Amino acid sequence: MTSFLEVVDLVKHFPGVKANDGVNLTLHKGEVHSILGENGAGKSTLMKLIYGLYQPDSGEIRLEGKPVKFHSPRDAIRAGIGMVHQHFMLIPALTVADNIVLGDEPGGITYKRAEAEKKVRELSEKYRLEVDPSAKVEQLSVGLQQRVEILKALYRKAKVLILDEPTAVLTPQETEELFSVVRHLKSQGIPVLFISHKLDEVRAIADRVTVMRAGKTVETLPIGDATPQQLANLMVGREVVLRVEKTKANPGEVILDVQQLRVNDTARREKVRNVSFQIRAGEIFGIAGIDGNGQTELVDAIAGLLPIVGGRLRFLGRDITRLSTAERTKAGIAYVPQDRQLDGLVLDFTLTENAILRDFKRKPFSKGGILFHKPAKTYAERLINLFDVRPRDVNRHAGDLSGGNQQKVILAREVSREPHLLIAVQPTRGLDVGAIEGIHKQLLRLRDEGKAILLVSLELDEILSLSDRIGVIHSGEMVGIVPGESATREQLGLLMTGVTNGEATEVTTR
Amino acid sequence: MNILTNAQLWASTLAMAVPLALPAIGGTFSERTGVVNIAMEGIMLMGAFFGVAFSYWTGSAWVGLLCGLIMGGLLSAVFAWAAIRLAADQVVLGMAINIFAAGLTAFLLDTIFGFGGTPPQTPQLPTLSIPVLSSIPFIGAFFTNQSVLVYVMLVIVVLSHWFLFHTRIGLRMRSVGENPLAADTAGLNVWRLRYAGVIIGGVLSALGGVYLSLGILNSFDVNMTNGRGYIALAAMIFGKWTPLGSFAASLLFGFATALGIALQNHGISANLLGMLPYLLTILALAGLVGRSKAPAADGIPYNPQR
Repeated sequence: MTSFLEVVDLVKHFPGVKANDGVNLTLHKGEVHSILGENGAGKSTLMKLIYGLYQPDSGEIRLEGKPVKFHSPRDAIRAGIGMVHQHFMLIPALTVADNIVLGDEPGGITYKRAEAEKKVRELSEKYRLEVDPSAKVEQLSVGLQQRVEILKALYRKAKVLILDEPTAVLTPQETEELFSVVRHLKSQGIPVLFISHKLDEVRAIADRVTVMRAGKTVETLPIGDATPQQLANLMVGREVVLRVEKTKANPGEVILDVQQLRVNDTARREKVRNVSFQIRAGEIFGIAGIDGNGQTELVDAIAGLLPIVGGRLRFLGRDITRLSTAERTKAGIAYVPQDRQLDGLVLDFTLTENAILRDFKRKPFSKGGILFHKPAKTYAERLINLFDVRPRDVNRHAGDLSGGNQQKVILAREVSREPHLLIAVQPTRGLDVGAIEGIHKQLLRLRDEGKAILLVSLELDEILSLSDRIGVIHSGEMVGIVPGESATREQLGLLMTGVTNGEATEVTTR
Repeated sequence: MNILTNAQLWASTLAMAVPLALPAIGGTFSERTGVVNIAMEGIMLMGAFFGVAFSYWTGSAWVGLLCGLIMGGLLSAVFAWAAIRLAADQVVLGMAINIFAAGLTAFLLDTIFGFGGTPPQTPQLPTLSIPVLSSIPFIGAFFTNQSVLVYVMLVIVVLSHWFLFHTRIGLRMRSVGENPLAADTAGLNVWRLRYAGVIIGGVLSALGGVYLSLGILNSFDVNMTNGRGYIALAAMIFGKWTPLGSFAASLLFGFATALGIALQNHGISANLLGMLPYLLTILALAGLVGRSKAPAADGIPYNPQR
């Protein structure tokens, strides 16, 4: 194997931070090489150095043996480096072909759109990246948009492809499709650098993996030799508990009773059809399902964010079907929303302000419309100590915190209200291994304190490791409720595609 | 309702649409590259004043036209520099340009030409009848004794559409107004494309001003644009940020103006009718005639460091 791209002792400092501090990496021709590391380990900085967005303080990048210096992405693109950013660099209002050829369009003065579409079609056939060249990008799913990004790089004759956290925005199916695209690219001789913090994905796709921690490359090893536990320990730098230890649940009274619930989405399409289940005190009820099968609408309806079309909702024996969101909050329902930056926090507010976001109308935080900062600050300080939020400074803005710490702030705020029911939607999405461990421990602690927890997640592993009972939702219907201890991935996977519980059990126990 | 069958009404609709369509298309160019431009009013005034001034000094309306365009282009270059390079708030900036231009042109009119205003012997741009077309019944009125700039505008409408939607540079300009970061990483020069959009827009707006002062009349009055730059803004939005749409919307506003003038002879209050185009503007801006979507990066300065 010959090396295609080499990074030697790369160093990049920012004021106060050594973002990259002696990074070494060798990418062979025809391999998928993964860079694994927690958020903040320096993966993004490394990518930006390779892509010419930053210039290194010292060290060297070699392409096919020759040292290269990129002053801008343009230089990198010209040298054959293709990059798919985590946040897509696409123009939604333009077509697929427009986006792909932009900057290197066919034609003289006039733009030959038909020719652009033809070129894109040829390219997508060659690399098996099927996409309609004349479709507007805004009409495409996220998975297809990612294909457009890959095609964009290939159109510019990329000799290596860098994928920065490519699966963060994808559904499990789209992830599978991406993997087969990556394998095909590899077979076409295009090496792929795959940045991720997800262990299972790295193990599924990579030939070799380089682990980064605190700005340094810790180790490079063939994927066959690495166990998940070993990789996790390398990433975090200590022993990590991958699967949380969990005692048997001790369910108490029924907290939430959902009966024949029917919910429409904002476009009035029926999304939840006659769903019934109960959650008891001291148990975690997990909802598994493929994204878009009604989970969002179901929890939004329970939280009071979407109107209930039919059925009943009882909370502690009381009918809350028609109560407003605020009344439900008051009754004891807490909510950790899916998008923590959009719905969970006000990023431009301080931690103190975010901590009292739901309670600022109450004493002691305000009286007669006047806010009192001191009690709010004391309260916020208590919360961030209790949940180990870092940095421990209530005057910092929520936007300054890492994703894991942002999630801790939300969790702290919601839990400190002493709710009877906590709804957590995708509570660990986008978090790294260490932070996930922390959030999982908190959820289990709350369960053991006797709270009822409704957990919605697209990660089957998360559902399996936390839930005491698992409800599987498929096109708006609860197709099965299974006990957490005996559930298997295969059984849930089948249920998620709409196979009935009886069939699924039969298939998986055979 | 025999007013509506009067060909003269329709011909005057077209004439009234010119000083709206030109700045509306100008605004389209600017906003398609991502710079919100409400300075059309001020730039029109600059074009109008310097068009007349240079026409008088040089004795040639054509030289006047050229100088009007240059002055409009210069003022919009200043606007572009502050908006793009200094990342100033584009709405505040546009407003400042409008007030500045109104004051400057009023001041220069007084100091240069005195109380009498611009001299009556200032050369005017010629009117033109198109030989064959003007002899067609009814339709002929559109092509009879119209200012030469009416025909220029028709060409500009078609040319602008082609330029924005069928040329490589048009695609690049639009991409810069939608997602400058994506355009930058694709190797485009965001700032240069934005300068081009704003300055083309300024020249077209100035042409609208020159039409008012040298096309219809041969004089300049204080604040003679009378809010047309703002109506053009409405026409641009109404026309969904496209040259053809802007033109169509300008025709509608032009019709409202022409109808107002025609109805004056029928004993309806001129003031009341004068409100008609502005009423349409409010309706258009309130989105009552269908929502239109601005370019995604419209009004957001591009700073590649972020």
